[in-house]
Amino acid sequence: MDQSPGLNPSQGADHTYAYERGHGPYQPHEPGYGLDQPDYSPYDDQIPDPKARMLAIQNAKAYLLKTSTTSGLNLYDHLANVLTKILDEQPTNTVDIIENISKDVKWARFQKKMDTLRDEYEIPPTYEAAEKCKALFIKENGEENEEIIEEEIGHSPLPNVMETAFYFEQAGVGLSKDESYYIFLALKNLTSVQPIQTCRFWGKILGLEMNYIIAEAQLREGEEEEEAGEEVTEEEVKGMDEVEEQDEEKEKEDEPPKSTYKPPPDIPKEENGTGANKYVYFVCNEPGKPWVKLPPVTPAQIVCARKIKKFFTGRLDAPVVSFPPFPGNEANYLRAQIARISAGTHVSPTGFYQFPEEEEEEEGGDTYEENPEFEPPAVAEMVDSLSTWAHHVKNILKQGRCVWINPQKLEEKNEEEEEDEEEEEEMDEQQAETGPPLLTLLSEDEGIKDIPAWTAQHSTNLIPQHSVAIIQSNRWPGAYAFASGRKFENIYFGWGHKYSPENYTPILPPPVQEEYPSGPAITEARDPTLEEELAFKAAQEALAAGEEEEEEEEEEGDD
Amino acid sequence: MEAQSLPAALALVAGGGAGLSPEKRAALGVSLTLLQHNYRFERVWFWGCIQGVRGSYYIAEGLRPDRAAPRIRLYSLNCLDWSLLTPATKEMVAQAEQLKGRFQGDPSFEYNFAEINPQAAETLFEGGKEPVIKEEARLIATIEQIDRAVGIVPRGAFVKTPLGSVHENRHFEGLSLVEAKKLSSYFHFTEPVNLKNKTLLEKANLDPSTDFLDSLEHDIPQGSWSVQLEKGGAVVVLRSLLWLGLTFYHVPMTKQYGYIYFGTGEKNVDLPFML
Repeated sequence: MDQSPGLNPSQGADHTYAYERGHGPYQPHEPGYGLDQPDYSPYDDQIPDPKARMLAIQNAKAYLLKTSTTSGLNLYDHLANVLTKILDEQPTNTVDIIENISKDVKWARFQKKMDTLRDEYEIPPTYEAAEKCKALFIKENGEENEEIIEEEIGHSPLPNVMETAFYFEQAGVGLSKDESYYIFLALKNLTSVQPIQTCRFWGKILGLEMNYIIAEAQLREGEEEEEAGEEVTEEEVKGMDEVEEQDEEKEKEDEPPKSTYKPPPDIPKEENGTGANKYVYFVCNEPGKPWVKLPPVTPAQIVCARKIKKFFTGRLDAPVVSFPPFPGNEANYLRAQIARISAGTHVSPTGFYQFPEEEEEEEGGDTYEENPEFEPPAVAEMVDSLSTWAHHVKNILKQGRCVWINPQKLEEKNEEEEEDEEEEEEMDEQQAETGPPLLTLLSEDEGIKDIPAWTAQHSTNLIPQHSVAIIQSNRWPGAYAFASGRKFENIYFGWGHKYSPENYTPILPPPVQEEYPSGPAITEARDPTLEEELAFKAAQEALAAGEEEEEEEEEEGDD
Repeated sequence: MEAQSLPAALALVAGGGAGLSPEKRAALGVSLTLLQHNYRFERVWFWGCIQGVRGSYYIAEGLRPDRAAPRIRLYSLNCLDWSLLTPATKEMVAQAEQLKGRFQGDPSFEYNFAEINPQAAETLFEGGKEPVIKEEARLIATIEQIDRAVGIVPRGAFVKTPLGSVHENRHFEGLSLVEAKKLSSYFHFTEPVNLKNKTLLEKANLDPSTDFLDSLEHDIPQGSWSVQLEKGGAVVVLRSLLWLGLTFYHVPMTKQYGYIYFGTGEKNVDLPFML
C-alpha cells in the first residue's frame, strides 16, 4: 500500500491496523469518522484528504477482488457481470428481481464449463406427433386421383365435419378448429382404407391416459360377414377338441356326481347390420393414429355395462375389473357404452325419417328412410316443444338386444331330451320385453326425478333469425344435437357415463344357490309329543271302526 | 384462466368438448374488461360455467394485489351483467353438501330441506330459521369447494414474499416437459393442509418461496387426476376426476397456464368405483 507523504506514518499504521481488525477506514457518513484523527471534528463533512479516500477505495477493491475458496469467483467480477447484464437487458423493477439475476449469472458461468460433451439432439415427442399429423395432409398422387374425385363428387361417404363443428360451436360445444380439421382428414383416410358406405363423426370419449375419437360407419354390403363366420368356426373347432379330451379323462377316473346346473343360455348377439349392431364403430386415440374397428356388441355386455361404472383408460386392450365381471376388455366396454349412448340420445327432427310404406309395422321395425316431403319446423318450435324431435335409433331392451328373443326357445334348440321339456314347463313363461318403438317422440322420454330428460335452448337470443336449436341430454351428459332447417346432427363429448342423481352402488352378489328344493318330506319337524300320539292313535281306531261298520252294512246289503 | 388470454386458452382446453359459443366469447371479452375497471381488480380470471337444467351460470373471479387473499367472485347468466357473490361461509358449505342433483339455473330457486333431508335440516338450521337454501348460496358454496379442492397452478408460478403476501413469479418460464408430466409439479392454490406433515428430509428440499402450497401428489383418492399430453407434448392437460369438468392446461416452457370449469357442479362421489 502506498503511503502518502502527507500522512503521519503512525496514522497510516493506524489505518491498516483498523482494516485488519475488520472495521475498515470509516467513511464520512459513518459514525466514528474522524474520531481517530484528532485534527478533525465530527461535524466536518468535507473529505479532508483525497489520498485517504483513494486508499479506502483501493482497500475496498482489494477486498472485493478476493477470490472465494469454494467457487473460484470473486465478488468484484460477479458484480461487474451482474451490472453489465442488467444494463444490457434493462428489465423492469430490477430491484425486485436482483437476486434472481445474480443467480442466473452464476448459473451461466457454470454451464459453459461443462460443455466438453455435446448433448445429443433429442427428438422431442412433439416432433413425432407433428409428423403423424403431417401425414394426414399428404394427398395420394397418381392415376387413382382422378377416379376418386369423380366418385366423391357423386356420393361421398365423408361427412362435412367442419360444417357440423360450426353449428355445434354456436352452442359452445365442440373441439378446437384444428382438432376438428385433423379429425376430418383422419376420417378421409378411414374412408379410403375401409370399404365404407356412409360414415359420421360420432364423438369423443375422454379417458384417463388417452382419449377416444369415434367414427360411426356402415360398411358396404358383403364386407363383414366373412370375418364373423371365420371367428365362429374357429371357436367351435376349439370347443370340440376340448370336449373330446375331457370325455377321455372321465372314462378313466371315478367322478363325483356331475352337477345338474345348466347356466342360462347365452343370448345371441344381434346380426351385424341390425339392432344394436347396426353400425360399425372405428376408434383412434388421436387423429393420425390408425383406426381400430370395435367388435360387435353382445347383449351380455350391454347388460353388464348397465351395472358398472368405470373410467376408460384409453387403451383398448385394458381389462375392465369390476363386479359383476365384465365379459370382455375395454374395447367391448367402449362398444357397449357407445351402443347405449346411441340408443338413448340419437335424435332427429320428427318427420325427417319415416317408416317405408311397404313394410308391415312389426316389433322389429328397424329400417327407416328419409322423408322426401319433410318440412322443417321453425327453430323456435324446435326449442319450445320436444315433440318436434324423435329418436331414430332403436331402444335397447332390458335383455340387451333391440329385438326380444325368448330364451326358452333357445334352450329347445340346444337340447332335445325329455327331461328338459319337463323343466321348461315348470319355469314361468317369460313375458316378451317391449320397448318404445322406433321414431318415438322425445316428449315421451322420462325425466330423472324432477329433471326433464332433455334441455333445449337457442344458440343465441340476440340474433333469432340465424339461431340454431340445440338440445342436450340430461340422462347422458355430453350428448348434444342441433337442428337448423334441414340440417341436423348428433354428437357426444364426455366421459361415457350415464347420469344418476343417486350414488352408484355396486349390485350385491346373487343369493346362494339352493342345492335341492325344500319340501315337507325333507324339512325337519318337531317330533310329536305323547298326547298327540295317543290322540292320533285314537283317531285312527275310530276311523277303522267306522270302516268296519260300513263293510258290515254293505255285506248285509249284498245279502 | 386469465381474461386476456381467454381465446387462446379456450382453444387449448377444448379437448374435452366443452367451450363457449362465439357470442359468449365476444361478450366476455367486453364485459370482463369493464368488470376489471369497475371493481378495481388487478386481474380477472374467467372461472368457468356451471350448467343448470334451465340455464347456466358464468363465473368470474377478481384478484387483488395479494393473490392469496380470498378471491372475489361474480356470476352472470348471460356473460354481460355480473352480480357479486358474497364470500362463502362454513354454514353455507355444510348446507350445500346435503344437496344433490343438478342446479336449476335460476338463482332465486329455493331448496327445501324439509323435503330433502329433515334430519339435516334440524342440525344445520339452528335458531328457528326456515330450512331453505337458495340456489345462489349453493352456487357460492360449490365454487368454493371446487376451488379449494381442485384449483391448481404450476410450481413456481407464484412466490411468497417474506412478508407473507403472494404474487406471480415474473421469473417463471414454465415447466419443462419432464416436470409437466409429474403431479408433484402442480399445487393447489389454496391454504396448504399437508405441508406440515412432510418429513424433515422432504422439507429440507423445499424452497419456501415457491413451495408453500400443497402439491397434487398426495390427493386422495390416488389417481383422481388424469394427466394427458396432447399433440405429443405441446400442451399438458390435467382433468380432475373428482369434479368432472375441471380442466387445467399448461404449455410447457412458456408462461401459459390456467384452469377452467365446465360442468354441472356436482362432485363425482362414485370416483372410487370408477377407477
